[in-house]
Amino acid sequence: MVNRLMGIINLSEHDEDMKELTNSRPIAGIPFAGRYRVIDFQLSNMVNSGIELVSIFTRYKFRSLQDHLGPGKSWNLDRKRDGLYMFHPMIKYNEPMVRYGDMENFKNNLNFLRSARQEYVVISRSYMVTNINYCAALDFHIDSGADMTIIYKKIVGGARKKEFQDLDMLNCDGRGNVLSVGKNHGKVDEFNLSLEMYLMKRDTLVDIIVDAVEKGDSDYMREALIKSIPRLRVNGYAHQGETFCINNVQNFYNAQMALLDYKIYYDLLSANGKIYTKIKDEPSTKYLATAKVKNAIIANGSIIEGTVENSILFRRVHVKKGAVVRDSVIFQGSVIEEHAVLHNVITDKNVVITQGKVLKGDVEAPYVIKKNSVI
Amino acid sequence: MINKEIIAMILAGGQGSRLTKLTTNNAKPAVAYGGMYRIIDFTLSNCSNSGIYTVGILTQYQHLILNAHVGIGEPWDLDRKQGGVKLLPPYMNKEGVRWYSGTANAVYENLTFMDMHSPEYVVILSGDHIYKMDYNKMLQFHKDKKADVTLSVIEVPWEETHRFGILNTLPDGEIYEFDEKPQKAKNNLASMGVYIFNYKVLRKYLKEDALDEASAHDFGKNIIPKLVGAGLKAYAYRFDGYWKDVGTIESYWEANLDLIREDIGLNLFDDAWKIYSKNYNVPPQYIGPRAIVEESLINEGSVILGTIRNSVAFTEAWIEEGAEVVNSVILPKARIEKGARVYNAIVMESSVIEAGTVIGDLTQKHIQLVGDEHHLELIED
Repeated sequence: MVNRLMGIINLSEHDEDMKELTNSRPIAGIPFAGRYRVIDFQLSNMVNSGIELVSIFTRYKFRSLQDHLGPGKSWNLDRKRDGLYMFHPMIKYNEPMVRYGDMENFKNNLNFLRSARQEYVVISRSYMVTNINYCAALDFHIDSGADMTIIYKKIVGGARKKEFQDLDMLNCDGRGNVLSVGKNHGKVDEFNLSLEMYLMKRDTLVDIIVDAVEKGDSDYMREALIKSIPRLRVNGYAHQGETFCINNVQNFYNAQMALLDYKIYYDLLSANGKIYTKIKDEPSTKYLATAKVKNAIIANGSIIEGTVENSILFRRVHVKKGAVVRDSVIFQGSVIEEHAVLHNVITDKNVVITQGKVLKGDVEAPYVIKKNSVI
Repeated sequence: MINKEIIAMILAGGQGSRLTKLTTNNAKPAVAYGGMYRIIDFTLSNCSNSGIYTVGILTQYQHLILNAHVGIGEPWDLDRKQGGVKLLPPYMNKEGVRWYSGTANAVYENLTFMDMHSPEYVVILSGDHIYKMDYNKMLQFHKDKKADVTLSVIEVPWEETHRFGILNTLPDGEIYEFDEKPQKAKNNLASMGVYIFNYKVLRKYLKEDALDEASAHDFGKNIIPKLVGAGLKAYAYRFDGYWKDVGTIESYWEANLDLIREDIGLNLFDDAWKIYSKNYNVPPQYIGPRAIVEESLINEGSVILGTIRNSVAFTEAWIEEGAEVVNSVILPKARIEKGARVYNAIVMESSVIEAGTVIGDLTQKHIQLVGDEHHLELIED
């Protein structure tokens, strides 16, 4: 079945713990894995699943995101029929928009949801970074006869329980039905992490929004979805792929470092389809005779003259002679000058680290350097 | 009818037979180059960067990959409502099939296309040269000299003058003689195959040439000498910078490795004059924990687990652990398996160099072209 599913990406995400990285962008716009931004994963997942209508409900700081997305060409979403839609919250002069939760934006655009031609909808966030194809999940949802299917990842072994603290987890019965959604307090070793991807009939979502507005008891989509669980038949669909939640600096940093394992790099960037992003037309990366590079992910347009180890370099980074970059993440356009040393550092876009500077963070507290700084 | 001051006609029908396997299934302008490009990207980017947005591409030989690559011209910003890029293959008419029988004939067969745009000037270009050039500066020179035709020229080493069309000029640059591949050249200014014509003059001479049965219908051999002989104003415009016509396997290899050297005069990292290409949307390059990467140009999608020195690795090239690649060009999707050694070689697209194999010899200058042309595939983005 072609074109039975539409996608919604809800960018109402808490970014307080992202520090400087979200000064001028939402979580969705954070650079990721050398050449992407966080939202590229959800957009590509949807497009790779044959979704032709994607709507993005924004919240704050959407200028840089708008620039990144354009008319959706990079994701093949510049279409005459369907394609990419963006819904920004409306601002009234005498009422600051922060008073409202994201439900206001959904309410204002209910007609768009009502008139879409797709029977089903998947609503997700951007910050759950994974490579998933929704086709199998949708087939599962339809075959199960459930009203709603929530995609989750089973977390085992306890090593990652802190990473997913304060995120939603699914409480299921023995047959996979979701009884309720609770918060992970980081106490249990094994749990079903909600990927906050909900599949249902489009009409069901419209009903949930109308109900929330009429009752006035849910300012946020998350609340409304969870409150609807007792009156619907809800089941869970387990996703196996690597998953990272980009909700704080530490998780962001750990995800970048995890990508240095080829298996994770492949799982996240290629396994279920390509991740598409805005094209920047950068030349191939040039390594000079003095370059020493080990265990690194490096985007195009860079020039490497120094040492790079266990690091991610975005596009157009220049590591000059004698400079050392270790266990670090260097965003687009940054220059690491001669004999500068970086260890456990995240430099935002267009940062210049001048000659001989030594900057060290910690693996459990990476040092974040603000966009456009010269240090 | 849209009036344009200048339009470009790019000759892209040649076979490039000395490139052997590289052009068995592919036209020379579409041969992969420089990690992420196809050769024609340079000419197309020059057009776009010079503000020339009406471009005809004359194709004939093996144009499937070339057509797929150019498409509607989006990577070069040539997908336009007015003008834009048009692929112009030979066609049939009432008299029969009319294959392009020479560079001038190919342009002649597209007089209708040029008339449609009624330009003041036409720049004739080759789709298989590697260089960065602002055609606007040349057009300004052409206008200043009130020329009928202007040819761009570049100084070549004296010992190579016999390979080129040499232009003998007066001190102000006016051409008085065209010397095609001279045994004893009077100077070392070679034609780069870039011509700006006043369209009226071009139109007249192409029509006359078409009726001349003795003509080879070639710009260098027929049109330019005839024009100079008739006393029209032909000028030479000097170009300084990197320019390469990759005719042979050796020069193709060398042109790729040139990009690793600093200060060769072809800066790919220049924001003001970007070279655009189709992008295949592949992940960033992955450099493994035991990799050694020195003096190399490596493109997106490559996975380097072994050693690479003084080489160019194209899109999605794979160098497995313990493999060693030196002084070589690894084309897209080629895979160098564990422990294989590749020296002074060009590895064809999607070929596999099996584990433990040794290709080439660093003590010899000979460049080997290895792999099978049948693996050539169109990768979609």
